[in-house]
Amino acid sequence: MTRDLRRFLLSVAAACAVSLAVPSPGAAIGVDRPLPDPILEARARAIHKQLRCLVCQNQSIDDSNAGLARDLRVLVRERITLGDSDGEVLDFIAGRYGDWVLLKPPLDVRTLVLWLGPAALLLMGAGLAVTVLRRPRADPELASGPLTTEERARLETLLEHGENTS
Amino acid sequence: MRIGHTLPLGLFAIVAVALGVGLTLDPRLIPSALIGDPIPDFSLPPVDGRPDGLAAADLRTGEVAIVNVFASWCGPCRIEHPLLMEVARRGAVPVHGINYKDLPRNALAWLERYGDPYRRVGSDRTGRVSIDWGVYGVPETFVVDRRGRIAYKHVGPMMPEDMHQRILPLVRELQGG
Repeated sequence: MTRDLRRFLLSVAAACAVSLAVPSPGAAIGVDRPLPDPILEARARAIHKQLRCLVCQNQSIDDSNAGLARDLRVLVRERITLGDSDGEVLDFIAGRYGDWVLLKPPLDVRTLVLWLGPAALLLMGAGLAVTVLRRPRADPELASGPLTTEERARLETLLEHGENTS
Repeated sequence: MRIGHTLPLGLFAIVAVALGVGLTLDPRLIPSALIGDPIPDFSLPPVDGRPDGLAAADLRTGEVAIVNVFASWCGPCRIEHPLLMEVARRGAVPVHGINYKDLPRNALAWLERYGDPYRRVGSDRTGRVSIDWGVYGVPETFVVDRRGRIAYKHVGPMMPEDMHQRILPLVRELQGG
């Protein structure tokens, strides 16, 4: 009896699994399913994380549920299976959608400001900080250093007689 | 003024202007990587129930053409549809369609209901060919020049001014040249 029950439950589970695996008709390029080879799949996932979803622009296609993101995931796996290197896969997608889809844009003339800007700003800030901190004080009365003879004399008077005598 | 005062002020001005310009840009408009490139090699079957599909050869006939990516499930496509009908009626430039991820019966019903401006329609059930065109949403509209290169791309529904002030003048220019 329990064995029958278990077999029944197993077949129900299998039926559910099969019905979930069948893609909706005519919807997609292929099935968005991990590659059987874990090494290839790891490469695919790494590439997915580098590609911007064109529909929901602040997500990678690895994160996105958009239809186009799914199609591109499938396409990346397809290219990897066909023997493309990671660079070739990225070029394949960027050739169609431009460098814009690369979450890490390439370093070239147009992206120079993007890449070097933060470092340049940091350097400028550091330079500014150094000049400001090392600049001699503008007010000579505030300048540090040993007291002059006059100052010493005045200080002694103050200490002896209090401020009223000044 | 000393440099210690002008530099931060100058930097602030530069950043403010750059951010100000950035605010006026539409982040949804992604520059097409394919402008000036040859159209991709492709061959799409017809929508079931329609006679002709669309292939790269149909766009390499030496004729300037408009290629419109549309779907029956796409709301904005209905907005621009009368413009395509008008262009087709005038007949100055052929309009071809790529039917994106659509069920044939829905596509046919849609064309029946709102009119069919397309000379040829290819059915891209999976969306694979549209990826080769760099399509990331429907509707999108391309102008293909006489040498089979992508001359222009419009993303989103075309408004009358898009059609009359940009696309059709470009088509006339390409036809003349």
